[in-house]
Amino acid sequence: MNKSILNKKLLGSLLLAMALSACKSTPMVDKPASVEDKSPKTEATAPAASATDTGADTSGVKDASLSGNPLTDPNNILSKRSIYFDFDKDTVREEFRPLVEAHAKYLAEHGNAKVNLQGNADERGTREYNLSLGQRRSVAVKKSLNLLSVQDKQIEAVSYGEEKATSNCKDEACHQLNRRVDIVYEGE
Amino acid sequence: MKKLFKILQPALFFIAAFVPAMTSTAAYAALEIEISGGSAQQIPIAIVPFGQAAGASQEKIGDIIAADLRRSGLFRILETGGVASRPTEVSQVKYAEWAVLQAQAITVGNVTALPGNRLKVTFGLADVLKQNQLVSMEYNIAPNQLRLTAHKIADVIYQKLTGEGPIFASRIAYINKSKNRFSLQVADADGMNAQTVVSSSEPIISPAWSPDGSKIAYVSFEKKKPIIFVQSLTTGQRLTLANFKGNNSAPAWSPDGTKLAIVLSHSANSQLYTINADGTGLKQVTKSNAIDTEPTWSPDAKWIYFTSDRGGNPQVYKVSAFGGEAQRVTFQGDHNLSPHFSPDGKSLAMVRKDGAKYSIALQDLTNGQVRLLSEGAQDESPSFAPNGRVILYATRVGGRGALAAVSSDGRVKQRLSESGGDIREPSWGPLLN
Repeated sequence: MNKSILNKKLLGSLLLAMALSACKSTPMVDKPASVEDKSPKTEATAPAASATDTGADTSGVKDASLSGNPLTDPNNILSKRSIYFDFDKDTVREEFRPLVEAHAKYLAEHGNAKVNLQGNADERGTREYNLSLGQRRSVAVKKSLNLLSVQDKQIEAVSYGEEKATSNCKDEACHQLNRRVDIVYEGE
Repeated sequence: MKKLFKILQPALFFIAAFVPAMTSTAAYAALEIEISGGSAQQIPIAIVPFGQAAGASQEKIGDIIAADLRRSGLFRILETGGVASRPTEVSQVKYAEWAVLQAQAITVGNVTALPGNRLKVTFGLADVLKQNQLVSMEYNIAPNQLRLTAHKIADVIYQKLTGEGPIFASRIAYINKSKNRFSLQVADADGMNAQTVVSSSEPIISPAWSPDGSKIAYVSFEKKKPIIFVQSLTTGQRLTLANFKGNNSAPAWSPDGTKLAIVLSHSANSQLYTINADGTGLKQVTKSNAIDTEPTWSPDAKWIYFTSDRGGNPQVYKVSAFGGEAQRVTFQGDHNLSPHFSPDGKSLAMVRKDGAKYSIALQDLTNGQVRLLSEGAQDESPSFAPNGRVILYATRVGGRGALAAVSSDGRVKQRLSESGGDIREPSWGPLLN
């Protein structure tokens, strides 16, 4: 059951990758290039393209509806991906425990699944320092997952710093939304 | 005492108007420069329009020189329209005519065509009171080097009359965010000739010039995490300098360009490392449980100054470039971050937080004195001009990112903005050859 979900997900990613590459004429990004128009989307989905055994031309595509994927089913806690933090804190608050536990369980059951934990910070302060602040938060979530037996090889803790922050915040409620960790599964 | 010059840049506006579709290769920015303040004793100088061979170029070399000198805040450019004569070499100057304008100095020059699509640019600088020539130069150039040559001439005048080192023949790098696309751009120090080095729909931050100006290191999120790249500005080739697990960020070149200080997190907190410019030879410099980031090298290459919150709040520390115990450097202000060295190694520009305000501060490393150079409230990313006289930094205007510059004595301020653009993360590069 789980395997078929994974396959459908891979298939979806593969088709998306093919569709994207079909309309792109530029070479892959890691090639030396001076002024190249890059689409990171191609990169994010590129790993799926190596799973050629999935096959690209099947009739099952339409059935791979999003609701079949627990990670994106809005009724499933796994679709909740953001953990918020108090000002200047990197402690995972109690209210996010069920969310962290659900993802830990999913990762334990899907040994090939990998998550990117993307830390974020509000826009106050310098970009590089905020990158490090966001990292502290993603590391806190990583440690919570580790305590729930998720292996290091399935987790990468990184940070976007303030780069994804809502800018020009006028109040604390706005800043609060920027102090978070987003859980992003590989291939998403 | 608040003067405000507004220099629009018609050449770039002109180009931008005819290139509406700013696509992949080159996006032309129209940076508008506003200057306020100025030295109490501005040098009055007459810049006579250069003699220019018909069809040689549409660029007015004298205007480029005048704009450079005016932007420094140290010169008063005299109106020359009232003087009938148009000397093109110092021997033709009738000093009495220019003494009437109360000119202290006069610049004359000529552009002529040479065989093989080359240009000969000559110029002379004279002291009007002493009635003698101070310097004369001759350049044999390709037509596309005319602007650069004008900046070099402005540098010669500036050096001769102020005693300061050259500044105008240099470039700046910055990130331009437009329509959710991030572009690392390089422009002349006067904001002209903006060209895109790399662009992505994911953020790009922390551009850093190699000391010889041939490469730029930067942090790109194009693979959904911060990775450091080094890209050649001459060949366009780029190298993935650091792509380790976790974050790879804050590149800073060693003074000799052979190494970079970088920040890696692996699976924990940000720490300082050094790495060879080809990506080999990674060495850890700091080992703390705190955030250590934003490294900058002292010009003698012995020290790496950086931001750390090991004492509770972010402050500037220094550590031997080979590792060891760190020592705290900053003690004033709530926070101090993002240190950058002056070229002479005597002072440190940084971001200082007081209350909710982030502004640019300058700390004299010989006596510890700190001077605030900007008002904030969200100023960051300071870097020095090649001669140390000006500090370029990022600010916000109307919710958008803009660049600003302030003289190291705090007297002259400039603001560079692009209409509709959101520009940030500036870095002033070395002098051009």
